Amino acid sequence: MIGFNKSHKGQDNAREMPADGHQAHPLKVYFIVWVWLFILSACSYMVDFMSFQGYLRWTLILFFMIVKAGLILAFFMHIKWERLSLTYAVLLPPIAVFVFVAIMAVESNYTVFTRFNFFDGG
Amino acid sequence: MTNTGQVKVANSVNRAKGLPGLVEDWSSDQRAFKNVSWRKAMMWIFLLSDTFIFSIFLLSYMTSRMSTKVGWPNASEVFSLHIGHTNFPLLLIAIMTFVLISSSGTMVLAVNYGYRKDRKLTAIMLLVTALLGATFVGMQVFEWSKLISEGVRPWSNPMGAPQFGGIFFMITGFHGTHVSIGVIFLLVMAQKVWRGDYDTQKLGFFTSRKGDYECVEIMGLYWHFVDLVWVFIFAFFYLW
Repeated sequence: MIGFNKSHKGQDNAREMPADGHQAHPLKVYFIVWVWLFILSACSYMVDFMSFQGYLRWTLILFFMIVKAGLILAFFMHIKWERLSLTYAVLLPPIAVFVFVAIMAVESNYTVFTRFNFFDGG
Repeated sequence: MTNTGQVKVANSVNRAKGLPGLVEDWSSDQRAFKNVSWRKAMMWIFLLSDTFIFSIFLLSYMTSRMSTKVGWPNASEVFSLHIGHTNFPLLLIAIMTFVLISSSGTMVLAVNYGYRKDRKLTAIMLLVTALLGATFVGMQVFEWSKLISEGVRPWSNPMGAPQFGGIFFMITGFHGTHVSIGVIFLLVMAQKVWRGDYDTQKLGFFTSRKGDYECVEIMGLYWHFVDLVWVFIFAFFYLW
């Protein structure tokens, strides 16, 4: 335990972080991001309020979602200022999820096809 | 044992083989995350695993919704609120979204004031964050009881596809649990900061380790993650 603490302190000096070696950034950045998150949330709510439908609705929902998630990750969670080794370790593995989504989309289409064809009217 | 010493001196040549080598390779001082403390790295790895949990929940939601013959309930109507004579679609959910984003903002302020060693403001911001989080959970309780009174159950509901209830309770329930746990940790941390534990190097009651203001940043990572998950739930479950 003690040895671990020591190494932790040693590595503190070797940090390449701004200022005192921590994720301290000017408040202005956070306020701008904060305001944008409010605006984008309002926008995504308006998508429902104006009852847009079809591809327009889905595109807008996804767009606002990705921008919001990106802002939170990049600024609030400091990914923008971290080294690439951490960024990639965090952001690359979820790609596997997209593969899973594709597989399950195909599978669901097949399931609903069988349900309509073999479970309707006995 | 003597072998270990040798290996440490001649780092690149005399590596131990077999099982000792396996242990050595995994325990030796090799780090991927050069400027990130072990606490922060572990939090990120936990968040990554949590990402997979929520991804798989949303994925099972997609699969049920795509493969059901019965129409999926219209979330815009199910979660609407009647105020006076007008009907506001998704109003409660929108307010919950704004509450959670506000709490993310106060969390970021807490992290910032923490690094400035502003004990009082950090504690206040942590308390405000916890309060907003508790508000969120309270609104979720209201939403759950409203839906339950309307006859939504995990196995059936009057609005459409029976999977709707199960998916709704599972996803929002798991998210609400995360928020609740976050609120508890925020309160504990607020007390620690208020007392000055991170200045006096007091040992933690659970970990028996000294903390510093980086703990606030790590708490922040968790809290922002909860907000991040809500962004996806809001988009896919409520808006889609």
